[in-house]
Amino acid sequence: MTAIEDLMRHMLFLPDPASTFAVPVDRLHFFVITVTMIASSITGLLAFIFFFKYRERRPRQSTPLVIPSVKFEIAVISIPLFFFLLWFVQGYKDYVWYTTPPENAMDVYVMAKKWMWKFSYGAEGPNAIATLHVPANRPVRLLMTSRDVIHSFFVPDFRIKQDVIPGRYTETWFEATKPGRYQILCSQYCGTWHSQMWGEVVVMEGPAFDQWMLEQRKGALSARVDSGGDDGPEFHGSIVEYGKKVALVQGCVKCHSLDGEPHIGPTWLDLYDKKEVLENGETVIADEAYLTDSMIDPRGKIVKGFKPVMPTYKGRLAAPEAAALVEFIKSLRTPGLEAVPSKEAIYEPAKPAQH
Amino acid sequence: MSQPSQLSTEHADKPVVPAVNYLNADRGVWSWLTTIDHKRIGIMYLVSVLIAFLLGGIFAMALRLELLTPGPTIMGANTYNRMFTLHGVVMIFLFMIPAIPGVFGNFLLPLMLGAKDVAFPRLNLLSLYLYWTGATLALSGMIMGGTDTGWTFYAPYSTTTPMTLFPVLLGVFILGFSSILTGLNFIVTVHTLRAPGMGWMRLQLFVWAIYATSIIQVLATPVIGLTVMLIGIEKVGHFGLFDPSRGGDPVLFQHMFWFYSHPAVYIMVLPSMGVVSEAIAAFSRKNIFGYKMIAYSSLGIAFVGFFAWGHHMFVSGQSSLDNGAFAAISMLVGVFTAIKVFNWVATLYKGAIAVKTPLIYICGFLFFIVFGGMTGIAVATVSLDVHWHDTYFVIAHFHFIMVGAVIMAFLIALHYWFPKMFGRMYHEGWGMVAASLIVLGFNATFIPQFLLGNAGMPRRYYIYPERFQALNVASTAGASLLAFGFLIILVYLIYALVRGPIAGDNPWDSRGYEWMTTSPPPKHNFEETPIITRDSHSYQEPGEEVEHVVI
Repeated sequence: MTAIEDLMRHMLFLPDPASTFAVPVDRLHFFVITVTMIASSITGLLAFIFFFKYRERRPRQSTPLVIPSVKFEIAVISIPLFFFLLWFVQGYKDYVWYTTPPENAMDVYVMAKKWMWKFSYGAEGPNAIATLHVPANRPVRLLMTSRDVIHSFFVPDFRIKQDVIPGRYTETWFEATKPGRYQILCSQYCGTWHSQMWGEVVVMEGPAFDQWMLEQRKGALSARVDSGGDDGPEFHGSIVEYGKKVALVQGCVKCHSLDGEPHIGPTWLDLYDKKEVLENGETVIADEAYLTDSMIDPRGKIVKGFKPVMPTYKGRLAAPEAAALVEFIKSLRTPGLEAVPSKEAIYEPAKPAQH
Repeated sequence: MSQPSQLSTEHADKPVVPAVNYLNADRGVWSWLTTIDHKRIGIMYLVSVLIAFLLGGIFAMALRLELLTPGPTIMGANTYNRMFTLHGVVMIFLFMIPAIPGVFGNFLLPLMLGAKDVAFPRLNLLSLYLYWTGATLALSGMIMGGTDTGWTFYAPYSTTTPMTLFPVLLGVFILGFSSILTGLNFIVTVHTLRAPGMGWMRLQLFVWAIYATSIIQVLATPVIGLTVMLIGIEKVGHFGLFDPSRGGDPVLFQHMFWFYSHPAVYIMVLPSMGVVSEAIAAFSRKNIFGYKMIAYSSLGIAFVGFFAWGHHMFVSGQSSLDNGAFAAISMLVGVFTAIKVFNWVATLYKGAIAVKTPLIYICGFLFFIVFGGMTGIAVATVSLDVHWHDTYFVIAHFHFIMVGAVIMAFLIALHYWFPKMFGRMYHEGWGMVAASLIVLGFNATFIPQFLLGNAGMPRRYYIYPERFQALNVASTAGASLLAFGFLIILVYLIYALVRGPIAGDNPWDSRGYEWMTTSPPPKHNFEETPIITRDSHSYQEPGEEVEHVVI
């Protein structure tokens, strides 16, 4: 079975599958493309054969009246429909699996800009440009945003692709199966050097990755080089501490308490992953996307009971700062907590005094 | 009124061109520029879209030459980006959309309905002038402004690029009006100007296809007009419509853009399906198999096509539920197309097939539309699309439909109706040679691009990793073959126009209503209004008993 699959892959110029998602995708690909080739060849060939078999034998020859039977009509509708729906169901099943990252996935923040990829690891990890180090056989979730136009994160060997959009976070995930180096390509046109916006995923064995991470942290603590350069102030230490510092500097804590006390904005304690009821009656999960959205466009989704008073932080927060804030908010969540909506606002000064 | 077969028998030994016909009834350039004759307008469209096709083809060859090597070859990165924008905009808006409706729709629709002209002849001329205005604006705007957004104008790239966009956007807006007015004109014509005896179920399938297309033109085109204007306004006034920092949404642009641009694919494909239905019936001397199924599936495609746009956005961050819904709806388009393909092949069955140049294209067309259509189903399968999205696989898929189906059909139409338009015949031998070259060259150009997409080469790449070179060279070689085929056609058709043998009124012995009048037709189409007494595509002589075969 795998020998045939390898042969098919070779004939179709597909790269070797290097993620858990690639295997089912390739299988369905082979099925679909084989049926496509058979059907189109038969159609073309049949027409060609008819040209000879039923060629005109004398001028203005009369021809029989061929009428479709009900059986024929049902067949021409149901046979293609059967195949199309079969592919749709299988493809959609695989896709839903692909869009549902496992709980234990390691998070990496991805920031795209013309024309480079930047990666920063959650918790206490390092930052990197163009090269993404990940462990083999462990799920990795990418939380991605763009600083300028739309880009798209594409790793052909993993069969994954996700647009990276300014002003919001999109996510994708993968589990690499083989250590090695795999090319990252930008697949959404983004200007002059779109075709050079390349990067690399370096997949390492689990223990080797842990070792690498440890060294990076040590290095980061002693002499951390902020890869961003223009992405905000340099900071030495964990991303959670960095987030806390950003929260103080930017004045977030003037309105958002950290201890569960109600104030002008919802408290950050246990905010992450909470199910919030909005002004318009809808509910949202306060996940990474919602939190970053709310920094950029605070009046878009107001939690019920609060007033739309928060200014936008677009342009005031660099992407790593926004990421650090999210990590900080995540660190304030009690593990294993039930989700309950926020209490309503109280318009009194919070305990951390105003200046 | 006389039967077409009788007409052609009368002139069988020595065909003549009618002394006075629409081509020479009035003389001088001014008589052409102010004409309200649908046939002359059709011919002017023909010349215009052929120029657009030539330009678009030159841009395409420049792209293929650049991609011969992985690094820079003949142009810089910015020039390359402008070049694919030029290729896309010219081919889509200046060639594909007006090609079959503008040329053959205009020329043939009134003839097929037994009418003297379209319902609003002056509006028809206005459509042509709008096309010229829009085309000039778009083309000069792109060349002078250095438009580098691709034909899709995605925000926020388009709203932030330093290049000038307003002229090209205005051009697209005006072209849209040309398209809307043509569609409106055709709809009213079909409803009001059918000859006595022509019920809806006697309409030729080309008329059905143009009718369905016109509905899409009228309903969808306003959306693209508004959308490109929003980009223009955004660029000039910086209102933040698609800027997330001011509450705008860049993905909203994609929804609006594809709400038109997906149905626009059917604006291009449906007329080509109509052409094939006509030609298959004529060259196999058969009643079209499953007339109603073909007619209704045109309407079905036109309807379902409006709800499938989201399949262009599977990796845009759209919700999984939306993706599933759009994927399922897209599958239905495939079913309607499959119905047509089965019916065309079944029409050939037990026919009396005259293998002429158009038949070579039909054979190619059937292969291309099944392969192109089913790779469309493949990219509508969500999990597979994640890998293929924005790669050369998608490029190859839509060129199979756009070139493989639409241009093949355009060539079928050009050869089949050439004698109708000009009263002269092209050289059959050269026609066959060019057709074979084109079908081969087309495969050689685009099959490697499917493989490039599998290998992971994204679209709009000026520089590419070296592992993709072999397939790119193959594709460029195929494109050269294709270009050579088109050159041959250009030469023998121009020759045929001047020196070709006189064709006679109905050289194919076709039963299409458009052949009931002389070729070329007189200025007002028919000497007297025809009365329709038989179904279209009916090859039985009145009272003739024919064998009935049920399959």
